[in-house]
Amino acid sequence: MNAIKFLFAAYIAVWVIHVFYLGTLVRRFSRLRQQMKELGKK
Amino acid sequence: MKRLFPILSIVTAVLLAYALYQALVVAPADALQGDVYRIIYYHVPSAWTAFLLFFINFVASVQYLASANPSRKAAAKWIVIAVGVVGIIVCFLPQVQRQLTSAGMRPSAMATTVICIPAFYFLIGKWFPGQMLDVLAVTTAEVGVVFCTIVLVTGPIWARPVWGIWWAPGDIRLTSTLVLWLIYVSYLVLRRFSNSAQTQMLAAALAVFGALDVPLVYFSIWFFRTQHPQPVIGGGGSMDPRMLHVLLINWVAFLCFAFLVCWSRFRLELLHREVEDAHAMASLAGPGGAPAKPSLPLHRSAP
Amino acid sequence: MTSSEKTAGPEKMAGSENSLWAVTLATLRKDIRLEWRSKDALNSMLFFSLLVVVIFVFSFDPLAEESRHIVGGLVWVAFLFAAVVALNQTWARELRNQVLDAYRVSPAPANALFLAKAVGNFIFVSVLEALMTPLFVIFYNLRVLGPAWQLIPIAALGTWALVVNGTFFAAMSLRTRSREIMLPLLLFPISIPAVLGMVAGTTAVLTGDNPAHFYIVLLLTYDVVFTTACLALFETILQAE
Repeated sequence: MNAIKFLFAAYIAVWVIHVFYLGTLVRRFSRLRQQMKELGKK
Repeated sequence: MKRLFPILSIVTAVLLAYALYQALVVAPADALQGDVYRIIYYHVPSAWTAFLLFFINFVASVQYLASANPSRKAAAKWIVIAVGVVGIIVCFLPQVQRQLTSAGMRPSAMATTVICIPAFYFLIGKWFPGQMLDVLAVTTAEVGVVFCTIVLVTGPIWARPVWGIWWAPGDIRLTSTLVLWLIYVSYLVLRRFSNSAQTQMLAAALAVFGALDVPLVYFSIWFFRTQHPQPVIGGGGSMDPRMLHVLLINWVAFLCFAFLVCWSRFRLELLHREVEDAHAMASLAGPGGAPAKPSLPLHRSAP
Repeated sequence: MTSSEKTAGPEKMAGSENSLWAVTLATLRKDIRLEWRSKDALNSMLFFSLLVVVIFVFSFDPLAEESRHIVGGLVWVAFLFAAVVALNQTWARELRNQVLDAYRVSPAPANALFLAKAVGNFIFVSVLEALMTPLFVIFYNLRVLGPAWQLIPIAALGTWALVVNGTFFAAMSLRTRSREIMLPLLLFPISIPAVLGMVAGTTAVLTGDNPAHFYIVLLLTYDVVFTTACLALFETILQAE
């Protein structure tokens, strides 16, 4: 059943990559909203 | 509009779960490869999605370059229409039909693909005017790279148990995908490292170069392979219709997912530009005082 | 001297019939003259090329049986690195003396500047290749088993492929941070089919195992496609702020 390990490795890798990218989007969003708030205060 | 995103997210999540169930449980095991072949249900839809996104980037880049002046825009429009018309006629010429059927493609399928070029061109031009073209370009490039990375990661993971090797340089599809990935990563690097007002033009030019390069990559590797036979990774030939069915389900699910990710990235880019403009306005206003109304247009507006 | 060099081109061409070729030749002559007078870049490039060959000789055993099969790749990788170093300073002189701004406002066609630079680079890189090749032949005891004359179109077309895109991307990189790393970063992915053609073609001729015709056709197609693309888009790049 060694081959099955590769199957699950592939599926997990796919979602790790997607989650990582979505995470970077969330981080950039919050940073921009923070900047917008600071600019609004000025 | 605001309601749409959460609703679509839920629909997509359900679709993805259903597709996963289909891939792991419903689809029959492969006669030769057993269960490990199921990687195909994530590998191939990601590839198709990446290629679609890069294609949209290419069309948006061409439109962006063309929109620089009206005569160029008109010329581009006629070229695209000509490509569509000539392409369809060529598909139904007897010599070409013979070539296509020997390569395993139906002329009608080829014609449908060809008609997509002008169709995409005009739809994108209508829905994304002016600067929106560039926002679309950067969005599809970035999300395309993510999906392309997935193809390049799942490909070797699939190859290793089945063929005993991680990579075969003559594998035309995986190697072409690698080059496409490299081109678009360099596109993203150019965008990040360039700080001029015309970054967008430079990036659009690079996208055009990349698109010209891809067929050359494909044929160069194809010929290299005929002289140096290599194993083919990723399977080939016809597919069991049940497997094709599951493949399409997964593709639809990933397309919806890609759409949501692109939408988010698009909104992020719009917010980014808004913040940049706000920064610029704030520095124009100077210390104290209300922000001055800018006399020069800060955006390149659609002609 | 620089300001008179700067204005010589546009003034000369005002009202001239074949402005594209006249400006191209004028710019090319100027570049060669300047390069020949200073010889800085030339000498350092020559020495760099020699160093690259020597490093390869130490890294890849010349006496090994398989060396004939990999020498094609080694030679072209060496040429590629030498070309990148040469291309990186393509526009350095223009940038230093604000020549590009003068060019933007002059009526001279932008393509003339591009062609002059590209041809100049082609000559320069060809000289480097001509000097590196005997070194490879000596160190690796090369004998050509296939039709040797085919190496000439392969070398010429391959060099032009690297140089035409390299000159274009060097101009693009002017607008970026980390200019020197930007050029190879943009150039290498796009050049992959050309590199495959050059290396496989050279190996085919050296080993005599396969015909090199397809690779020559591939390189020719690549050159035609990208020369056209560079000429079509150079004006856009030049006008970039």
